[in-house]
Amino acid sequence: MADQTDNVAVENQNAPVIEPGYTFGTVTDKISSIVLNRPTSTGWFIGFGAGFVLTMMMLFAIGYLVVKGTGIWGINIPIGWGFAIVNFVWWIGIGHAGTLISAILLLLRQSWRNSINRFAEAMTLFAVAAAGIFPLIHTGRPWLAYWLFPYPNTMNYWPQFRSPLLWDVFAVSTYFTISLLFWFIGLVPDLATLRDRSQNRTAQIIYGMLALGWRGSARHWHRYESAYLLLAGLATPLVLSVHTVVSFDFAISIVPGWHTTIFPPYFVAGAIYSGFAMVLMLAIPIRKLYGLEDFITDRHLQNSAKVMLATGWIVAYGYGIEAFMGWYSGNRYDAFTLWNRLHGPYAFFYFSLLACNIFIPQLLWIRKLRTSTVGLFLISLVILVGMWLERFVIVVMSLHRDFLNSSWGMYYPTRWDWMTYIGTIGMFLTAMFLFVRILPMISIFEMRTLLPEAEVKAE
Amino acid sequence: MKRTPIYGMMAEFDSATDLVGAARKTHAAGYKKVDAYSPFPIEDLAEAIQCSNYVPLVTLIGALIGGASGYLMQYWMMAISYPINVGGRPYNSWPAFIVITFEMTILFGGISAVFGMLALNGLPMPYHPVFNVPRFAMATKDRFFLIIFSSDPRYSPAGVRQFLESLGPRSISEVPS
Repeated sequence: MADQTDNVAVENQNAPVIEPGYTFGTVTDKISSIVLNRPTSTGWFIGFGAGFVLTMMMLFAIGYLVVKGTGIWGINIPIGWGFAIVNFVWWIGIGHAGTLISAILLLLRQSWRNSINRFAEAMTLFAVAAAGIFPLIHTGRPWLAYWLFPYPNTMNYWPQFRSPLLWDVFAVSTYFTISLLFWFIGLVPDLATLRDRSQNRTAQIIYGMLALGWRGSARHWHRYESAYLLLAGLATPLVLSVHTVVSFDFAISIVPGWHTTIFPPYFVAGAIYSGFAMVLMLAIPIRKLYGLEDFITDRHLQNSAKVMLATGWIVAYGYGIEAFMGWYSGNRYDAFTLWNRLHGPYAFFYFSLLACNIFIPQLLWIRKLRTSTVGLFLISLVILVGMWLERFVIVVMSLHRDFLNSSWGMYYPTRWDWMTYIGTIGMFLTAMFLFVRILPMISIFEMRTLLPEAEVKAE
Repeated sequence: MKRTPIYGMMAEFDSATDLVGAARKTHAAGYKKVDAYSPFPIEDLAEAIQCSNYVPLVTLIGALIGGASGYLMQYWMMAISYPINVGGRPYNSWPAFIVITFEMTILFGGISAVFGMLALNGLPMPYHPVFNVPRFAMATKDRFFLIIFSSDPRYSPAGVRQFLESLGPRSISEVPS
């Protein structure tokens, strides 16, 4: 992973970051024409339509929830968190890879990221938006969700700042805001390109307004670059803090299986693990359908696979420590949680989780599989399922049997749970389809900097 | 800036190397009111043009304000405005306040970086005289431009045109204001 772009050619001869032979003009044309000239394909309409139908299903499920209350879900006492929190954690984790690619890899000068950061950031935004729905509707009275924010009110009191749930409100809303700013500010120079390249008056006006009058002045670029780097520097600790705070929602409590110090690093690694799986599941079809194999090369896919392999092992370490501490702590409730995972009613899910997150992804050690798009796509799917199961195991299995046998229970999701969950996937896809249709999905100006002609030769 | 019918004289170049070289020569020739335009950031160009950059300072101030107000908000609400005794914990439970203090630092710092950058750049500005040059549309694709503003004390239409021609540009155009 540590190889610099300079020795890319030496180390990875078959897979450059960008295929040779491109110029500033052809890179610009190729990416901007997807938005400006390419006719909207039938496949796009089918994909968008499917996502849209699922979004409508989600809105229906939420509408019914607002009318009837959370009783339509499978949640109960003791399992008060259920699908809402499982899906919240799953989605927000997926978002993390986008920030990792756009911010952390920027600071580490991994310039191969330049062709995947734009849509990875878009993925972050839409995933965080999908995540945000769940805690909101899980409050039961989402129309009062603004009570979460400290504002002067007639009730004369404030939210409880000692609660991790409130930390989460601040962490997630900051994360969404910063991700949105980062994404938009990265888009500005490319929107100016679209403004200047577009033939259509309406498009010129819309892109022109969004481009804020960007004209590529050297002074502007200078300040732009430092703002971009500073934003990356701020987003890096932010992204690590967000899933840490999400893990605090669990770890600060005393529930067996939740009350552990391994949670923050293990949650962050798991987030990046699932996020890269989602990046691959999006990148593989997109580069195929839009003929972008020259920009999103096999090298990008291989690097993502290696990141998954690395973070997968951190996650495996987390599982190992959880199991070890169940025994080593000598705490009978922790020991029982471990026993319950292996032998309890949800044991099937625990073993599926181990298979999906630890055993099957080891296939990525095989070079042939890392270069096979179908293989990578399928393994990414397995990882996404596995990471969803991980959150299910954490949320449901710890809650359903805690200290007192009298408060044990079982959790079964209802059709409304499933409709909301699948609906958010539809909403995510709808947003992604709209994004690739109306905005440049690869950062054009950052691609230009990768070209050999961008280098200023000494005189 | 003094309003004149002519905003400046603009030269078009083919490559980043040419533009940086031209910008350096322009600086050496004593022109002060100069700007350059490129389709991507060029580090050497910022050096040749010489510009101020207060973005880091603005970001630092924003982040400090965010962090301070984040902590003070929690302190005031939890210890002064409505103190609640939760299991005997101190009203000012600072370890519990760190997370939100941190998030507010990042939030204010990020917002200051973005909006500070836009404000220092004078954006948004939908209209600008350089857009009057039809060829300038290529500045967001693959062309590089250098402009000497008419507000420069040494500006004279004939002199500047002659100087720019000596830099070997692809084209030269006068920018109407």
